[in-house]
Parts: sequence; C-alpha cells; structure tokens
Amino acid sequence: MSNDASQGANVELAHRIGSEIAAVHAAEVDRNARFPAEAIAALKDARLLSALVPQELGGMGMKMVELTAVCTALGQYCAATAMVFAMHQIQVACIVRHGLGSEFFRQYCRELVDKQLLIGSITSEVGVGGDTRSSICAVEVDGDRFVLNKDATTVSYGAHADELLVTCRRDLAAARSDQVMVLVRRGQYTLEQTSQWDTLGMRGTCSPGFKFRSRGDAAQILPGDYADSSGQTMVPYSHILWSGLWLGIASDAMSRAASSVRAEARRNPGTVPPTALRLAELSNTLQSMRSNVHDVARDCQELQESAEGNESLLTLGFALKMNNLKISCSTLVVQIVHQALLICGIQGYKNDSKFSLGRHLRDAHSAQLMIGNDRIYGRSASMLLVYKDA
Amino acid sequence: MSTTDDIRQILKAHGRLSADADTLAEDADLYQAGLTSHASVNVMLGLEGQFDIEFPDRMLKRGVFGSIASIRDAIEELTAS
Repeated sequence: MSNDASQGANVELAHRIGSEIAAVHAAEVDRNARFPAEAIAALKDARLLSALVPQELGGMGMKMVELTAVCTALGQYCAATAMVFAMHQIQVACIVRHGLGSEFFRQYCRELVDKQLLIGSITSEVGVGGDTRSSICAVEVDGDRFVLNKDATTVSYGAHADELLVTCRRDLAAARSDQVMVLVRRGQYTLEQTSQWDTLGMRGTCSPGFKFRSRGDAAQILPGDYADSSGQTMVPYSHILWSGLWLGIASDAMSRAASSVRAEARRNPGTVPPTALRLAELSNTLQSMRSNVHDVARDCQELQESAEGNESLLTLGFALKMNNLKISCSTLVVQIVHQALLICGIQGYKNDSKFSLGRHLRDAHSAQLMIGNDRIYGRSASMLLVYKDA
Repeated sequence: MSTTDDIRQILKAHGRLSADADTLAEDADLYQAGLTSHASVNVMLGLEGQFDIEFPDRMLKRGVFGSIASIRDAIEELTAS
C-alpha cells in the first residue's frame, strides 16, 4: 500500500509542476526555442532528478511504472520539459544500474541527490549519425587520467546540463561497436557549438551539435560494456519513458478535443455533435496506446525484479517488444494529435486558442525521428530471422 | 573439420571481425573483436544452416555468442541428443 501511495504522490506532484509551472511557460519555451528552465528548476526542488537513485544512497528508488507515469504527467503540459526529464532519467538509469559497483559512482549518486544535477547525453557523432551502437571517438586513458573528444551532431540540452554521459570506443584500438560510457563533469569539458537548434518541434530541448573536448579521472568511465548497458538500460528506458511522454502529448490532445466537443454539445443540447463520433474513435486509439505503454513498462519492471534480473532484458523477445512499443507509440501520437486537430477544427489550428494543437503536432512529429523508425524496423527484421517465438 | 573450425569459417564469412577468426583465441571476446549485433544474427543463421540446428530463443543472448568456446558449448548442447 505504501508503494501505491508514494506512486500517487509523485505523479500528483508532477501534475502540479506541470500545470502550475511547465504549462505556463510552454508556449514561450516553444516559440523562442529556449530551455524550460523554470520547470526543470521545479523538478530539482521536488528532488525528482534523483528519483531513480536507490533509497540507500538517498534517492527515491523509483521504479519503471511510476517513472513512466511521471513522464506522461509532464508530457501533458510541456513535451520539451518531459523530454529533458526523460533523457536525464535515462542517463541516471545507466549509472544506477551499471555503476554502483564502483565507489566513484556510488559517491556520485549521493552528490546527485544532494545537488540535483542535470545529466545530458552525447551518443550521436559526426560520421555515424544516430547509430548509438557505433562510435568513432575513443577514450584515451593514460595512468589514472583520460582524454575524450567527440564531434557530436546533437547534444541533448548540451549548454544547460551539469554533466554529460558520453559514448565512445573503449580505447584507440577498439572496434566501433566496442564502446563504453564516460561521465564527464562540469568544469572538465568544453563545448564549441557547431550548429543551431531551430527545429519543427521539441524546441525547448535545445540540442544543437557541439565539438566536445574533455579530460578527467579514469574512475569516471562507467564499468562494463556499453553493449550491456545499452540493451539492459539505455534502450528500454528510452523507449518506455519516451512512449510515456508521447502518451502525455496524446492525452492532452484528447482532452482538448473532448472539451471542444463538449462545448459544441452545450450549444445544442439533445443532439450529439458529429465530432463526438470522431472523439469516440480517438478515445479508442488512445486506449490502445495507453495499454501498450502500461503493459510494457510493467513487463520491464517485473523482468528487472525477476530472479534472472538484468539477464532477462537481453533476450531478443524483450528487444523486439521495446522496438514495437517505440514504433507503435511514435506513430500513434501523431495520428491521435491529428485526429484531435480535425475535431477542434480551426480553433485547434490557431496558435492563440485554448484548443490550439500546433505545438502538440510539431512535438509529436519528433517521435518517429528520434532513432528513426526505419532503423528500428531494420533491427527487428534482422532479429526475426533467428527469433522463433514471434 | 572440427566444430571449432566450422565456427571459425562462419565467423570469417559473416562476423565482420576486425581480428582474424583463424587465429582468435577460443575464449576471446568476439564483441571486442568487432562483432556487432547485426553481424551476430548472420553468424547465427550461418551456424543454424551449417549444423542443421535451430537455436531456441533462450539461447539467443549476447553471452552465448560471445566467444568461439561459448558458441561451441551451445552447438554441442543442441546436437548432443
């Protein structure tokens, strides 16, 4: 029961931050493509940036189902805020699920709780594009120090992060796919901006390209292979938390459409407006999206808690499920916002109306591009050549 | 040809390794030798064809295809009966 209560309380808190802060600035954050600083500050004040840190280290020890619900809540008010929050949690997940054998990372988690540091990510690289499982740059270790430089096509909220978690080859002789992650701390790196972030949607995530140069302590290299942390953590957390926030965008679009239909119904009591039929259709699509997100989040959490633990996340069956969730939700969110726009009509098309859906639609279109769906379909196609229990 | 030689041939044909599959130690980490998850699927297909076996889903894990020795163990388990 105590779990249920805290789950309710944190999701409630996310709704409060969303409605009182993120929603207030969302239009301006979007218009000016600026970082949602107020909402991120509020999430820090609520100690939510260390939600995934185990309780023994001072965090909340939050689990997948609850964290997904928090992302959905935030996504209803400002998708850029929700995306920054989700991306940060993905980085924290890699650290808490793969780094706690190291004293450096245990201490780091305590500091994360204390200072509510925001961790950005550099997985992309000029020359490999969005293929996160390939790197050209390598971490060069000399004694107990490292040097790491990377020419990145996008760095998530690069200029606003306190720290960066960077993928790279294990050493200069390593294959492109033989990668590790390195946590580089503020003061240890420089960023030279190489492109702009003037995008269709998700404008507040402020993720242009940068030339990244850093030096640090070899203890900051996350233990283990990135291949494992990618399969067991980076991919499932990305796909589930992203799907969770896309569900938030879709839910808010649905609620705007529903209030538009209700307004129409009130003008002419006794007649069901034609748009109500479209709303019924929308409700149906939204339910299948919601069920999919909840089902996979719960499934992932149960596997993590099973006797096999992390090992069970490395099966092809689980990888296929993650791929299908991402493809399905990233497609449905666009479909749902579009359907909602048809219901709201010109009021939804206008940027200054309470039924406005322009930002939702532009934000939703990022979903199929963040790790392109065709790339994911390609991986699934390859897996299905050997997977039998399809 | 021994099972190990066959495995080496298949790794050579489909593994896209940066190391020479003929001289690679049996316990060497194939992923560190450049095996990608995409190439590992082709290796699985090559092995299934060569040995007339089907890897059950429980074996389709990174660890099973992590070295020549672990691949041989898996094949021996499947061809034992």
